[in-house]
Amino acid sequence: MITRRFFANGADRRIFITIGLLLGVAVLVPILNIALPPDSAFHVPSYMVALVGKYLCFALLALALDLVWGYCGILSLGHGAFFALGGYAMGMYLMRQIGDRGVYGNPILPDFMVFLNWKELPWFWYGFDQFWFAVIMVMLVPGLLAFIFGWFAFRSRVTGVYLSIITQAMTYALLLAFFRNDMGFGGNNGLTDFKDILGFNVQANTTRSAIFAASAVALALGVFITWAIINSKYGKLLIAVRDAESRTRFIGWRPENVKLFAFTVSAVMAGIAGALYVPQVGIINPGEFAPANSIEVVIWTAVGGRGTIVGPIVGALLVNAGKSWFTGVLPEYWLFALGGLFIATTLFLPRGVIGMWDHWMATYRERKAAALPPSAGTPAATTPQQREWQASATGGAPEPQPAE
Amino acid sequence: MTFLRAIGLLLLLFATSGASAQSNETALRETIADLSSVKNFRETEEIVRSLGATGDPVVGRVLNALSDGNVSFRKSDNVVFIVSERAGRAKLFDPISGDEVGEATTTELTKVKVNNGLRRSIREVFATLTLGSPNPAVRQQAADTMFISPDPAAIEGLDAAIAKEDVASVKQRMVQARAAAVLASDLPEADKLAAIEVIGARGDRSALSLLVSYQGRSEGALREAAASAASGIESTIAVWNAAQNVWYGISLGSVLLLAAIGLAITFGVMGVINMAHGEMVMIGAYTTFVVQNIIRTSYPGLFDYSLAIALPLAFLVAGFVGLVMERGLIRFLYGRPLETLLATWGVSLVLQQLVRTMFGPTNREVGNPSWMSGSFQLGEMAITWNRLWIVVFSLAVFALLLYIFNRTAWGLQMRAVTANRRMAASMGIRTPWVDAFTFALGSGIAGIAGVALSQVDNVSPDLGQGYIIDSFMVVVFGGVGNLWGTLVGAMSLGILNKFLEPYAGAVLGKILVLVLIILFIQKRPRGLFALKGRAVEA
Amino acid sequence: MSKSGTILYLDGVSVSFDGFRAINNLSLVLDRGEMRAIIGPNGAGKTTMMDIVTGKTKPDSGEVYFNGEIDLTRHDEADIAMMGIGRKFQKPTVFESHTVEDNLMLSLKGPRSIFPALFHRKTADEVRRIDDILGIIRLGDKRHMLGANLSHGQKQWLEIGMLLAQDPKLLLVDEPVAGMTDAETEETARLLKDIAKTHSVIVVEHDMHFVRELGVKVTCLHEGSVLSEGTLDFVSADDRVVEVYLGR
Ligand SMILES: Nc1ncnc2c1ncn2[C@@H]1O[C@H](COP(=O)(O)OP(=O)(O)OP(=O)(O)O)[C@@H](O)[C@H]1O
Ligand SMILES: [Mg+2]
Repeated sequence: MITRRFFANGADRRIFITIGLLLGVAVLVPILNIALPPDSAFHVPSYMVALVGKYLCFALLALALDLVWGYCGILSLGHGAFFALGGYAMGMYLMRQIGDRGVYGNPILPDFMVFLNWKELPWFWYGFDQFWFAVIMVMLVPGLLAFIFGWFAFRSRVTGVYLSIITQAMTYALLLAFFRNDMGFGGNNGLTDFKDILGFNVQANTTRSAIFAASAVALALGVFITWAIINSKYGKLLIAVRDAESRTRFIGWRPENVKLFAFTVSAVMAGIAGALYVPQVGIINPGEFAPANSIEVVIWTAVGGRGTIVGPIVGALLVNAGKSWFTGVLPEYWLFALGGLFIATTLFLPRGVIGMWDHWMATYRERKAAALPPSAGTPAATTPQQREWQASATGGAPEPQPAE
Repeated sequence: MTFLRAIGLLLLLFATSGASAQSNETALRETIADLSSVKNFRETEEIVRSLGATGDPVVGRVLNALSDGNVSFRKSDNVVFIVSERAGRAKLFDPISGDEVGEATTTELTKVKVNNGLRRSIREVFATLTLGSPNPAVRQQAADTMFISPDPAAIEGLDAAIAKEDVASVKQRMVQARAAAVLASDLPEADKLAAIEVIGARGDRSALSLLVSYQGRSEGALREAAASAASGIESTIAVWNAAQNVWYGISLGSVLLLAAIGLAITFGVMGVINMAHGEMVMIGAYTTFVVQNIIRTSYPGLFDYSLAIALPLAFLVAGFVGLVMERGLIRFLYGRPLETLLATWGVSLVLQQLVRTMFGPTNREVGNPSWMSGSFQLGEMAITWNRLWIVVFSLAVFALLLYIFNRTAWGLQMRAVTANRRMAASMGIRTPWVDAFTFALGSGIAGIAGVALSQVDNVSPDLGQGYIIDSFMVVVFGGVGNLWGTLVGAMSLGILNKFLEPYAGAVLGKILVLVLIILFIQKRPRGLFALKGRAVEA
Repeated sequence: MSKSGTILYLDGVSVSFDGFRAINNLSLVLDRGEMRAIIGPNGAGKTTMMDIVTGKTKPDSGEVYFNGEIDLTRHDEADIAMMGIGRKFQKPTVFESHTVEDNLMLSLKGPRSIFPALFHRKTADEVRRIDDILGIIRLGDKRHMLGANLSHGQKQWLEIGMLLAQDPKLLLVDEPVAGMTDAETEETARLLKDIAKTHSVIVVEHDMHFVRELGVKVTCLHEGSVLSEGTLDFVSADDRVVEVYLGR
């Protein structure tokens, strides 16, 4: 009992440290960027702000994926679609903020529409001149898509690899759709050349720092919400559905609703990540829908450790930092490294960095407990995520299972 | 004058290929030389007719030029040339061979004059020249050319030719050409009605366009007759169009079948989704490229056999890569299908980049052997040989796999493992070997799919990526219960795609198909041909 | 036969899988408050019958009524569970990454929608219920142990505990003592008899000692239909039962 309490506290402490760190970074980095002179040793250069800000958005995306994959066993290969939709919603707002400063100087129509000879704004662009409307759409559009998609998929009890494949098909279909010029989202080139956000120049250092801070706060909020969800009774149910879906059904729960909620929340989180990402990189194009992107998100989560809240964040930061380094130094080897990472993680690090750490700590404590007199011999409690590995470890040699 | 030009061209084509009745070239030259001394159009016409009477197609060139006003003679020595004038200077061509023989100023030349009457005579001579050719193919071609650009002046010549013609099919074409000419003439309505009927019966696209344009310039009963004949043709053409779409669909479906069937096997037997399957296809295509390269540089004579050589090699190379993958990676991940998916995705990235490093990122040229190039016409459909061979090939592969599955000991073992792995193991089947070889087989099949795809698609490092999602869709749609599911899945998706394309466009069609599949698996989560049993619910 | 007064009423139920008739014109009636033991050779269709009652398998034909009035063929698993039919699986399935306590907490009777679960706080009443059940299934000292780490027999009990937590009207218990020691088997029999005082129960079991221990009416299934029904002595004296199941 004592050990358990310690563990619970340990896990919670980690969450609060993470949130504290993120909030600290949200305050500190902008200050170090703006207030300090560039020659100061503590000055954070602007490109760093932009780069790390981008990583934070990726981390939020990875966290969103973790909620469904790590805790509910839904391996979505289409989370990039929700991210991109959120990004497009924000991009549409930014496009309309350009006003008559575009190349063609049309006060209403974005440049690409003028170029395509469109005479008026399509209906789905209405309202995007208002920030609040865009913010609602950033959450509503991915959420709605996830809800509709999940409604159909979970209800018909599509699971496992089948589900993964149709999520991939979903993002692929969107990729094809957004490539079309007549969809009205800028086709191939996407949306770019942004000028202002809420009246501030998107290129300005201060604005960039502010968006950075917003990303860090959003991530902190994401961590808190995920933590709250996981620790509620619903969170336990989520894990129960992951481990024994049909059992939950026979005690009266509806796994499809359980999954649907998590999937929708996760999509909204991904959408917010996308919306914060777009002003920082200054462009959103259909390439974001590419299935390869969505699968890359999976590896961030896996590297950090799925089924842990901090893991995906660590994973997203690590892998993306690695990517930036590689593409700078050995660009032609990046794909080898990424491919190798996929293989190595699944083979040697199935719990990810954080999961591995937890596992080591648990075995270490267990040993220490075993060395103590039997009075302390309460069975070593393990964190939920460790169970899975134990089960698969005790389950004997792995064995293929024919497709169902 | 396009008509004349076309016929002239045709004539030349066959002239060089040595139609018989080669008349004496000097005699021809003498006749042509007479053009320098004609006094009036009548004399010119006589020369034209006597040229025609030789029946030698070679006279087409000079007649053509004459009708265009491009025949002149040199004042100094009365030699006749075909000329091409430009800014006061003229190039001189030999009237028979067409070779350039010199230059002159226009003042040194005198043009042989022509009028419309003369032009008509030339046309008639032309028609009889080709329609009278001893080669039935030439006659038919001539009749078809005349059908496309009808000329009332040709009616007489056609009548004569029809009377003489003894090949039924050629005769029919001539009758049709005559009908077309009748429509263009000022003959009485009854004749034209009969002509419309003849043209309507021909029932192809050129007949349709003829009728439609005639409909535009006629009135009354004729207009109605043309309209009804046109709509009759339209409906037959619609049927042909549908057939063409089905054919395109089957052709796409067979490509999908090739790409997907290996995937279906590994997924069905082992529950493993191989994301690197597309790269196996790519490896097969690059094997073909390498084979062709070696053949080109060392044994050019073998080029037509390059595919036959590449097939087993591609199977072996891709199968070997698959075997290595299974032994080195996948077997450690059994029972964790989602992680297998990720690991194989990693392999696919590595393979892609490897090929990119070795062969460069750009498309590689893989040639079609002669028996794979070109096309033929079936009714109103054009069928290319490479597509036809791929359909045949994919069905052959399918039949072979069906045989392996249902008639061999190995197939029996694979089916046993699919149905109940534990039971199979306890019956003494070496399941690890079955797994390894099943995986190698699936990869090998992907490799030979790559050989086929190299014939219709660009060979680049991303080749596999282009097919992987479609192959998944085939497997998801068809189910993994048995191989027939893959066949039905591939063909129906191929045909559906091609039928949606004309209405929705290629991209939107594809999106629609994806959406339809997503909806479909709501109804049948395990695809068309699903495995049943308790394992399913586990 | 009248449906009133019955808790479970099956009449003329058939189901086949790919042409194989797993249940063949099966009729079975369970009165309210009754406990029934079902025996039969492997593949007799016992588990499949439970699948039908709990909505996992839809019958091809026949009537399945709960409580004399509810047509179970029109409802799905979750609905049926909420009506008050609980089921223990042949292969014990508990939530392995949850503690024993959480396993019970998730099974406790109560609303089954998402938002209440999201904002749920454990009430004193729930804590008491869980303590009670832990006492009944003798897992009090294991309450913080993960489901995965329980022994086979403990998992069986935990699953029975989860059944109790649901507080169903009818319990379907598939092979509860498989893999248990004799002492544990006796314990389980006592436990089930306790439960039967307040619930209707169907127990499937191969262990004849256990069935004798229960001392209730026995139905023997064979090839998807009822072969014999009555007291254990009556059934085991039936020649056909001896032939197909018990052996001489
Ligand atoms: N979903 C299914 N698909 C195909 N066959 C099935 C399915 N469910 C049950 N069966 C078959 O129906 C028959 C009855 O099975 P069932 O599990 O009900 O037997 P049982 O009486 O519970 O046997 P045991 O004592 O071994 O548990 C078996 O032959 C089984 O293979
Ligand atoms: Mg059973």
